[in-house]
Amino acid sequence: MWVPSLCFKGLPPGGNYVSMKAIKEKHSLAMRWCHWVNFPILTIMIWSGMLIYWANDEYSITIFGHTFFRFFPDWFYNTLQIPHRLSEGMAFHFLFMWFFTLNGILYILYTAISGEWRELVPKRNSFKEAWQVLLHDLHLRKAAPPQNKYNAAQRIAYTAIIIMGIGSVITGMAIYKPVQFYYLTWLCGGYHFARILHFVLTLGYVFFFVVHIVQVVLAGWGNFSSAISGFEVVNENPVPVIDTTNEDEKAG
Amino acid sequence: MKKPDKKIKKELTIAQKISRRNFISFAAFTVLAAGAFEGWRWLYKSPDEITGITGEAHKPLRKALNQTELFFRKVFSNKHLVKTYPKSMAARHVRVNSDIGVEAKNKFDPATWKLQVIKTGGEVLQVTLPDLMALPKTEIIYDFKCVEGWDQISHWGGVKFSDFIRHYKLDDYAKMQYVGMETPDKRYYVGIDMPGAMHPQTLLAYEVNDKLLPLEHGAPLRLIIPVKYGIKNLKRIGSITFSNTRPRDYWAEEGYDYYSGL
Repeated sequence: MWVPSLCFKGLPPGGNYVSMKAIKEKHSLAMRWCHWVNFPILTIMIWSGMLIYWANDEYSITIFGHTFFRFFPDWFYNTLQIPHRLSEGMAFHFLFMWFFTLNGILYILYTAISGEWRELVPKRNSFKEAWQVLLHDLHLRKAAPPQNKYNAAQRIAYTAIIIMGIGSVITGMAIYKPVQFYYLTWLCGGYHFARILHFVLTLGYVFFFVVHIVQVVLAGWGNFSSAISGFEVVNENPVPVIDTTNEDEKAG
Repeated sequence: MKKPDKKIKKELTIAQKISRRNFISFAAFTVLAAGAFEGWRWLYKSPDEITGITGEAHKPLRKALNQTELFFRKVFSNKHLVKTYPKSMAARHVRVNSDIGVEAKNKFDPATWKLQVIKTGGEVLQVTLPDLMALPKTEIIYDFKCVEGWDQISHWGGVKFSDFIRHYKLDDYAKMQYVGMETPDKRYYVGIDMPGAMHPQTLLAYEVNDKLLPLEHGAPLRLIIPVKYGIKNLKRIGSITFSNTRPRDYWAEEGYDYYSGL
């Protein structure tokens, strides 16, 4: 007797049962819009800011009289064609400051009203957890703490970057109109210090950017794709651990 | 390959939904990114304005500068004062950053100088330094701010511009929108909006650190206007004019904001 392969026809086709793909909404359209609009605007703000900074490039990292780094070396200026463009830099900076600010206001309003801030702002245990996330990311710790949309380190970083954005607008106004907004200049520790803060915040963005890019690369395509499409593809097979987590989160 | 499926035909499968949403979002992203890039290229390559009262700036950027000025003009107030400091904090050596219009090689004798106030109908009011020094003196110690980014606390003395206007009964002129000031050799010139000129901290200064101005700081008379960047603080004022149109301005012709207000 030969056993026809048809015998197996009645069996369920394997794939569908092993993993059932499902769409999981991740990033709202407003959030994606603000994120991607901000990227070129911030790039232009940093670039035009450097055109301005060049005209009085007095900052350096000096410890006990030894200068470790001067902002910026000549090769850096020349490569980016920065020298002698102060007026152009100011003109670009004072146009794109509007877009930067408006986009930021839009983002904050949306996050506040939609309730998405709950996914974003650090929780009481975030600072402790962020340490565990860091150890995990550095492969020093096996398990990452359970998370919802963002882990503790992300909550801290993404909230910090928003506060930094607000800081850039405030320090920017403090040096842009130090007489009309004298109270902001006072708040920023005076004109001179406000300019330093404005500069240091920009260094902060560059640092954030580098870490952000490394993390995005490590997180893989699915994560990156969700920042454009808004959703992630997940396997919907009931995994008890995830279920428990979800219910815990809901209960909490 | 069609697989017999019991689902209703119109309902998309999960895989179809995924690919459809991916397609739409990535296509939209690409289109918007390309649009943004084209927009940037358009702006970056946009031609410079034709030099008139202002010059050397990309046309759209000049428009933006002027619009931004109109916005921030709304928050300008004579009650907003620049921060002042104690005398002890004033710099002993006040920075000399530019000599346009006051070049040492061009002979100039402050003793023969007279301020020319150009009135309507060609009438010229001539004012000497002793005339000015007879008026109430105002001193200010404040943080002078340069468009380049540096600032320095410095101590100036002179006549409030608003006191000068009142004393010489130029009030009708002060109703006009702009003041123009030029060096005697007309090589450096500024245009100041009237609210800035009439601000209570704007001085026609003849002293720095309690001494008469040296030549490099604009002897015998210079403008000290704390509500503007240094580029507006004309040294060695030769003439003053009033108008409802913007007077010519040295740095506005070089791509800087005409108003440069602080």
